[in-house]
Amino acid sequence: MLTTALIVLPIAGAFLLWLLPWATARAAGGLALLIALAELFLWVVALQRIDFASGGLQLATETVWFADLGVSYKVGLYDFSLWLVGLTALVTVAAVAYGMWAGRERPRAYFGLLLFLAGATVGVFTAQDLLLFYVFFEAMLIPLYVLIGVWGGVRRTAATLKFIVYTMAGSLLMLVSIIALGLANDTFDMTRLATSDNQWIFLGFLAAFAVKAPLFPFHGWLPDAYREAPSEVSALLSGVISKTAVYGVLRIVLPTFPEPVADWRTVVLALAAVGLVYASLLAFRAPDVRGVIAYSSLAQMCLIFLGLFAVNDSGLSGALLLSVVHGLVSASLFLLAGAVERRTGTGELGRLGGMARGRPILATFFITVGVIALAVPFSAAFAGEFLILNGVFVHGWGWAVAGAVAIVLAAMYVLRLVSAVLHQDPGPSVPAHALDLRPAEIGIVGALLAVLLALSFWPAGITDHAFGGEPAGKVTSLVERGR
Amino acid sequence: VTEFQKPDIDWAALSPSLVLMAAAAVVLVVGVLLPRGARRPFGATVAALALIAAGIAAGVLFSMDDTASTLVRDSLVRDRLAEFAQMLVCGAGLLAVGVSYWESRSPRGEDAPRGLTDDGERVSEYYTLLLAAAGGMTFFVQADTLMTLFLGLEWFSIALYVLTAIGVHRLSSLEAGLKYLIVGSFGSAILLFGSALVYGATGELEFGRIAEASGDADQLFLVAGLAMLIVGLAFKISAAPFHMWTPDVYQGAPTPVTAFMAAATKVAALVVTVRLLVVAFPEQQDLWTVALAVIACISLAWGNLAALVQTNVKRMLAYSSVSHAGFLLIPVAAGTALGGRALLYYLVSYAALSVGSFAVVAARERELGEDVTFANLGGFGWERPFLGLSMALFMLGFIGLPTSGLLLGKFYAFAAAYERGWTWLALAGVVATVLSVPYYLGVIRAMFFSPAQLRAVPAGGSPPRDWPLTAAVVGALVVSIGSLIVADPLIDLARNAVESLQFPH
Repeated sequence: MLTTALIVLPIAGAFLLWLLPWATARAAGGLALLIALAELFLWVVALQRIDFASGGLQLATETVWFADLGVSYKVGLYDFSLWLVGLTALVTVAAVAYGMWAGRERPRAYFGLLLFLAGATVGVFTAQDLLLFYVFFEAMLIPLYVLIGVWGGVRRTAATLKFIVYTMAGSLLMLVSIIALGLANDTFDMTRLATSDNQWIFLGFLAAFAVKAPLFPFHGWLPDAYREAPSEVSALLSGVISKTAVYGVLRIVLPTFPEPVADWRTVVLALAAVGLVYASLLAFRAPDVRGVIAYSSLAQMCLIFLGLFAVNDSGLSGALLLSVVHGLVSASLFLLAGAVERRTGTGELGRLGGMARGRPILATFFITVGVIALAVPFSAAFAGEFLILNGVFVHGWGWAVAGAVAIVLAAMYVLRLVSAVLHQDPGPSVPAHALDLRPAEIGIVGALLAVLLALSFWPAGITDHAFGGEPAGKVTSLVERGR
Repeated sequence: VTEFQKPDIDWAALSPSLVLMAAAAVVLVVGVLLPRGARRPFGATVAALALIAAGIAAGVLFSMDDTASTLVRDSLVRDRLAEFAQMLVCGAGLLAVGVSYWESRSPRGEDAPRGLTDDGERVSEYYTLLLAAAGGMTFFVQADTLMTLFLGLEWFSIALYVLTAIGVHRLSSLEAGLKYLIVGSFGSAILLFGSALVYGATGELEFGRIAEASGDADQLFLVAGLAMLIVGLAFKISAAPFHMWTPDVYQGAPTPVTAFMAAATKVAALVVTVRLLVVAFPEQQDLWTVALAVIACISLAWGNLAALVQTNVKRMLAYSSVSHAGFLLIPVAAGTALGGRALLYYLVSYAALSVGSFAVVAARERELGEDVTFANLGGFGWERPFLGLSMALFMLGFIGLPTSGLLLGKFYAFAAAYERGWTWLALAGVVATVLSVPYYLGVIRAMFFSPAQLRAVPAGGSPPRDWPLTAAVVGALVVSIGSLIVADPLIDLARNAVESLQFPH
């Protein structure tokens, strides 16, 4: 029931917001924030209830949806999915709070959509039935489309269309794969799937996740969507929604398709490595704040894929850790980018600069997040990247070299971003009276930052409390077989 | 000389058609006697009650009929497939009555008569024809011989030809009626010719006996006849390349008529297609499955590509209906029991989405007093949140996003194709779905993302509340969303409905 509550609470909250005639924007935002906090509380309850030692599917619920093809409403949590659900809950709180503080038009619709998005995302992270997974996976698109389309920037129309068409193309291929896999197994229950060596089915799933993540070269939608969305939606999109792809690979692709994964490993690793370097270079060249964050996000997702397709304990642990860390980093960066844009009216690096002067808190937060983003040693991101490179090293030192090169490039683009925004001479768009971060912003970004620092001190909090369960067990045995 | 034998008629099995035709007569005859002002409420009430009654009758028959039986000397069949389709037709008709109610009321006072009926005139005729069309369809889906098939087809088609042209003040309505009449007659003629060829080859009219006799029949005539039958029915399904009438007729016809036609005609024609092909031509299944798969692909391609470039919303929806004809033919082409279930399940949500979306178009049309285009939908979603949101849900539903049962419909349709071994057909459906995204989202973009149109308030003030239309939209929403959530009972119904058919695969 707890898992269902995690899904239903935000969605019910969304309907509450839409149906009740709240008088003021503040009331609507406040209610949304309360619901988001309640969701976070529910997650903490789940954290206490879950047994990390035993692994396996926990807190599961199952009801028949339609018996005809063996499709059920089945949800539950694995230890590793718990962390992704927590990421969703936390970033949703931050996004709602930021949206409330920034003040959005049509607040009931806006906050309702944010909550609905959170519910659908939690649904993806907990669904244990292939078709249910697909339904939640698609359900995420609807609020995203409207959030970007209505509240987005000037070129939002093209951005939304591109985003939806790309994603739908991927996920419909996944639908065909789901059908093929489900009919072959006579059930759509993920926990009862036999492994499959059909590489077409594998590729269908991979297509959906490669677009969603995105993995190079399926990232055509990314820069536009990340640039045009409101900053808290970008935060959710890059921080949380992209992690559904990670979850999909962890939960479906790796355990179900051991042989195709082994056959296609080199291809995926190559795409990830190329994408990693390419995206890092693009981030270095990007002319605006969001562009840098968007391409760095792409680079990080490619790095995570490098870890996932290493298919060993180190790689998977690193991928999970980096997923959570990148989710927090990217969300913080987009919120900070929003803060910068609100103060200057632009995100173009050429028109920014010198913002550190007189704005110590903004500068401190920006640099701290930036330093974690470039994976400085002892940061949580460093732990994740180290584990990934360690894992992928087994398959050839070249992959690890590509990863290491990208980490150097990450330092370059993060420092360029920090320097272009905070240092140098004040840019033409930076008014002298632009304020430092306000208390609300400090609270929101500070909370994310606090979690990041906590993870930096104790990355084992995640890596030691994941993959006790079945999928990783399968993965580990697979790796053993492969050697 | 044998003595004339009165056929033993199972009146209960005919009750849906009989109720509808009786109600049609009542509306027409009593309507003349009533004062003008009373005709509209009277006609609509009688039509609604008759459709409900016919739907309930079909439902009762559905619950009773475990096994199929024939009536009137094997010319009609009484089985759950027919009764399922009858319930759907009656449901679509009922929603269409709600959409129709205020159609004639012009948005800017009485000086600009438009729409299907101006006050009091032709109201009775309108509801009579609507009931007659529905009655024809309920008869058509029971057809068990080529004769009754043609009879039913013409019955509802003629009613629809007149309904299309009933907005006599608009040239486009008259033009659409004429086009529909000519092209439709062409389709009917092909169907009739095909029937003649099949009869010539086999000497039989009854579906089951055609199958039995087809072994000794002249294969050339038989196959030619089969092809013509498929073409004739494809006209009614509006599958490409036999869809040429669809955009003009859907655009020109009064919107409530379009709403009814889009949903009910497709239901009836597809159900009859399945019955005809599965019962009468099991031997030729290698031919017709491939033929239908090809027609499905052409419809998917043509419908979607053409819909992409439309500016008029009704015309876009017409092409979308062509593309959905393609989706609906995928499970039929699979020729399996799973395909049969897929078809019926898909039809439920498709019918709801169709009626619902045309209802919203009708509402906007009444508000503006002109054709609805993407441009003049601007701001509609924020001005009329309920209708705008409903339309958005319908459009997302058409794509196959989880706001309607169509998601499961597509899932089932693709599953049927895959199970048949035709993964390429499922992939064609995938490509078509991706192609359809821009134009469906275009409606949402127009309604919510664009600024409101700068237009003066209509002279007549804001349009009055239109609760029958709102009720129809609510009904469509309930069915479309409900079919996603409570899928299990609905799929059981569909399974029971196709049980009587022996699918070739």
